[in-house]
Amino acid sequence: MSTLQVSVYRYNPESDDAPWMQDFEIDTQGRDLMVLNVLQMIKEQDSSLVYRASCREGVCGSDGMNMNGKNGLSCVTPLSEVVKDNRLVLRPLPGLPVIRDLIIDMSLFYKQYERIQPYLQNDERPPSIERLQSPEDRDKLDGLYECILCACCSTSCPSFWWNPDKFVGPAGLLQAYRFLADSRDTHTQERLSELDDPFSVFRCRGIMNCVNVCPKGLNPTRAIGKIREMLVRNTA
Amino acid sequence: MVINILNPGRNGVADWMIQRASAVILGLYTIFMVAYMMFHPDLDYAAWSGLFSHLWMKVFTLLALLSIAAHAWVGLWIVATDYIKPAAIRFGALLFVILALFVFVVWGVQVIWGV
Repeated sequence: MSTLQVSVYRYNPESDDAPWMQDFEIDTQGRDLMVLNVLQMIKEQDSSLVYRASCREGVCGSDGMNMNGKNGLSCVTPLSEVVKDNRLVLRPLPGLPVIRDLIIDMSLFYKQYERIQPYLQNDERPPSIERLQSPEDRDKLDGLYECILCACCSTSCPSFWWNPDKFVGPAGLLQAYRFLADSRDTHTQERLSELDDPFSVFRCRGIMNCVNVCPKGLNPTRAIGKIREMLVRNTA
Repeated sequence: MVINILNPGRNGVADWMIQRASAVILGLYTIFMVAYMMFHPDLDYAAWSGLFSHLWMKVFTLLALLSIAAHAWVGLWIVATDYIKPAAIRFGALLFVILALFVFVVWGVQVIWGV
């Protein structure tokens, strides 16, 4: 038997009163396809299904979704990794409003990203060529800059589910630390003073759901710990 | 806003440090109590009230009591702001919590210094 049972979350606010699950049978011919391939085969059966996808190689971060209960990028998640008992359940990333089917409204996610000012700020006069950085200082940015903002981590975080308007979330905080740790950025104090309220950073309870799902293998919990350490040092 | 009026510390850093410091005190108090009971298997009233008659024990116990109040306040404020979204209900719940903690502390002081 190579027929995979797939159940997909469907919701079209223009025609549906409530979300519903649609079942499909997909013949994988025994191949270990990526989940995105299965979605493309479903689309051939029912072209009304919508989802985001672009690069199909885990670089653009468009196709984050919940596959058998775990967030991830469908293009780089093989069936063998998620399918249990020949069943695959596909849902949109949890915690954010659904626009249609597997597409979510990521406005709050981007708002939190914007809030941490994700760009280099330096008040000193720019040198004639470029701002130099030692290889050691550059190494501090490894594990931080690789984030593709797919939102798999933030939408797996209960603290972000309960307070998406006030808690920055793991993705935003990873980027916040990326600029706090950058030797070329001179706005460390201003950045920290934007983060010392009880919600922005401190709503993280360190349950590490973010680490568990990150498709790029990054560790937002560690970055949050470093920010917390900087905040405590700054105060105490 | 509840966040401003009933916020325990100045900011998140203060909350975080209060919670860590109070946890250390409570941990030490628990270890002390467990150890004391293990070394006194035949604990009677005289020994128990004798322990609490020392001033250092009164101070240590009061410190633990205040730590419970501070720890519970920070923790329950966080739980309430996570799970209770209607502001009026949250305000009521937090008011109940802080009143209860206040009563426990005053009552506890009376008990400790009553020995």
